[in-house]
Amino acid sequence: MRSPPIPEMATQEVQLSETLAHLKTESDTLKGKLEEERAKLHDVELHQVAEKVEGLGQFVMKTRRTLKGHGNKVLCMDWCKDKRRIVSSSQDGKVIVWDAFTTNKEHAVTMPCTWVMACAYAPSGCAVACGGLDNKCSVYPLSLDKNENLAAKKKSVAMHTNYLSACSFTNSDMQILTSSGDGTCALWDVESGQLLQSFHGHAADVLCLDLAPSETGNTFVSGGCDKKANVWDMRSGQCIQSFETHESDINNSSEADREVAIYSKESIIFGVSSVDFSLSGRLLFGGYNDYTINVWDVLKGTRVSILFGHENRVSTLRVSPDGTAFCTGSWDHTLRTWA
Amino acid sequence: MTIRNTLRDHGQRYRPRIACLKKAEKVLLEMQDPKTGVKSQPQRLVITTIPHAITGEDILSWLADRFQIDTQEARNFGSMLVALGYIYPLQDHKRLVIKPDASLYRFQTPYFWPTQQWPVEDTDYAIYLAKRNIRKKGILELHEQEQYNRLHKWMNHKWDFIVMQAKEQYRAAKERKKPDRVVFDCQERAYWVVHRPPPGTVSAMDYGLDRRIDPNADEEKTPDFYGRIMIFTQQSIMRPRVKSSVSIGALVKYCATYNGHDPFLSKCLPSNPWITDDITYWNLNMPNVEIPTKMRVERWTFSFGELLSDPRGRDDFRLFLKKEFSGENLAFWEGCEDLKWGTAATMREKAEQIYKSFLARGAPRWINIDGKTMEITVNGLKHPHRYVLDAAQTHIYMLMKKDSFGRYLKSPVFKDTLKKAVCPEEHKYSDAQLEQNAKNRRPSLSPIVLRQQEKEHRAKMAANAPVDITQVMSKLSKTGKEVSPCRRPPPPAKT
Repeated sequence: MRSPPIPEMATQEVQLSETLAHLKTESDTLKGKLEEERAKLHDVELHQVAEKVEGLGQFVMKTRRTLKGHGNKVLCMDWCKDKRRIVSSSQDGKVIVWDAFTTNKEHAVTMPCTWVMACAYAPSGCAVACGGLDNKCSVYPLSLDKNENLAAKKKSVAMHTNYLSACSFTNSDMQILTSSGDGTCALWDVESGQLLQSFHGHAADVLCLDLAPSETGNTFVSGGCDKKANVWDMRSGQCIQSFETHESDINNSSEADREVAIYSKESIIFGVSSVDFSLSGRLLFGGYNDYTINVWDVLKGTRVSILFGHENRVSTLRVSPDGTAFCTGSWDHTLRTWA
Repeated sequence: MTIRNTLRDHGQRYRPRIACLKKAEKVLLEMQDPKTGVKSQPQRLVITTIPHAITGEDILSWLADRFQIDTQEARNFGSMLVALGYIYPLQDHKRLVIKPDASLYRFQTPYFWPTQQWPVEDTDYAIYLAKRNIRKKGILELHEQEQYNRLHKWMNHKWDFIVMQAKEQYRAAKERKKPDRVVFDCQERAYWVVHRPPPGTVSAMDYGLDRRIDPNADEEKTPDFYGRIMIFTQQSIMRPRVKSSVSIGALVKYCATYNGHDPFLSKCLPSNPWITDDITYWNLNMPNVEIPTKMRVERWTFSFGELLSDPRGRDDFRLFLKKEFSGENLAFWEGCEDLKWGTAATMREKAEQIYKSFLARGAPRWINIDGKTMEITVNGLKHPHRYVLDAAQTHIYMLMKKDSFGRYLKSPVFKDTLKKAVCPEEHKYSDAQLEQNAKNRRPSLSPIVLRQQEKEHRAKMAANAPVDITQVMSKLSKTGKEVSPCRRPPPPAKT
């Protein structure tokens, strides 16, 4: 025979569900108000303004260089400020610095972990940062001596409690911004490894980040598995803007002020793994999980070109610092530069 | 227990969302529509007739027509559907691609469609392999044999169960009619090619690492959850915003302004190094080149930020300010940047140094900021942090932007620079020349070397009498230059 439920617990349960219902109504009302405020200023759509803009011509973009040398999936890459060198990292734990123009390998580092998901080139061109399943971000000063073991001078800078998904130097070699599977982003001092600022607000793994230097403040955007893209103020650690998407994880972010358009085509059903804008912001390049690269006209919202070549997922894509080319890294173990 | 891999478990348990599956299923349903879908017919294969077979070319033309895409894109799309396991080839069953000919394919039964919900279990695979082994010994391929042995080892404790299941499935299959059995065998085999691919092949089921949070789980609705949402919504409401026409207008204007400077949209003069293998473009645009290009100078006029962020532009601006005796503003701004982005260890020193040089009463390079800002800054300097000079820096930046920048653009310094700026002619290489260029690719000086050179020169400068910085910088950049066939000879170096 079952004993009857304890009266106090029953009342508590009822109270809780009432409170929740009340809170939900309040929250929905507020959301409605926000929509109202937004609608007041929403006086025009992007495509309306874009009608007056001249269309783009035909594009001839080809693979100009193929970089072979990684033994497994390429996960991340970054350009050097000299516009021709790049650093790339792979699932097999190797980080390679290349002169993409000559396709020569200049430096190589073997990380103590596999799945090096993040790598970045320092602004001076004299160091690289990388990390992944080791939960850390380490900085390796580069050396001209081919025989020197770069791992000897490595600096462990960032420590997270889960995998490192992305890292980026700020305006100098002295500070690094990281994002992690533990749901946070953080700003670190490279020399001392000191945590300068942490950024909390994502409800799940943070997968990517991108810096947006502006005239007076400094912000960056991060995207995560919670379907949100958050814009942060580096100084205060506050989240100053948030965008929500409807479909899936945000694998890559590139700084823009608000969601004005969604780029989609019925024949494209696969997710984008990485994006970047061309120098003028008119073209948006996307690396997709169906091994292709789609090029979009940002203003008109149309797809201007589709590029083939990789034999597996495109995992990373970045436009070069002077906009003359973009580089893609793929799970087919190679990197390609396109122009 | 099956050991999947030797990665340390970081608490990752959930597969990432495979959002494409739902979309793919929609397409599949359309393709199978009896009226508007891909046309199918029974096909004879050896002695059996396979119902509802479709050809590769029919699939591709249907896709090309339905989505208005060209053949190459249709092939890629179709092959992805095969790679995911929604369509399978009847011949050459291990190659998961669509061939643009009369090769035969069939739609996979929904029972065997890939699903987000749960990963494909090794137990099922073991049963499948065991079943095939029972039917005919020695039929397993090499990699399947290896898998079978591995599973037999790791699942030893439930091997009786596996063999029993295999036998039961085998017995049940024998009771089916031959054509049905052949079809089912094909479907099942196709399923396992997708989910247990032979080594060295690319698998569409490969998704990388697991995630920490279950993508399908909704966040638990607690009072705290709503509390957070409401705080966030309140903040969003109070945030200042602009009209869409303003922000979109700014976006359109930006694209238009930079259109001529975007190498993907306009010609890169003299040519894009990646396309012609000629690096003149990079040589002409080195960070501290003596004579900039006309395009580069034009970019400085777009915004004050552009001028400052280009080292050559900043040098020009510095020269102008020197002539106006207001160089301390830029020097102060640079000091603030150094403080913000510099290493934490020297921060305190730097802040003090800046105070002594620019802010203190009677300072040698005293900057003119309003009383209020000065008060805040001096107070903040009692407990310095890297953003302590933000207010003062913003003030000075705005001052330079609204006042000095405009005057710079009208000044003789700028006009002189603009007049001397080069506009290289476009390269016109023949195919043979391009091939030659490709053979002549040369490495460039490592950034490490360049930084070393810069350091040495700066040290020399500090030691000797003041030297015009633009001359020193141009000498530096010349030592790093390559000789390029189409360049004008550089102006004689001044010593």
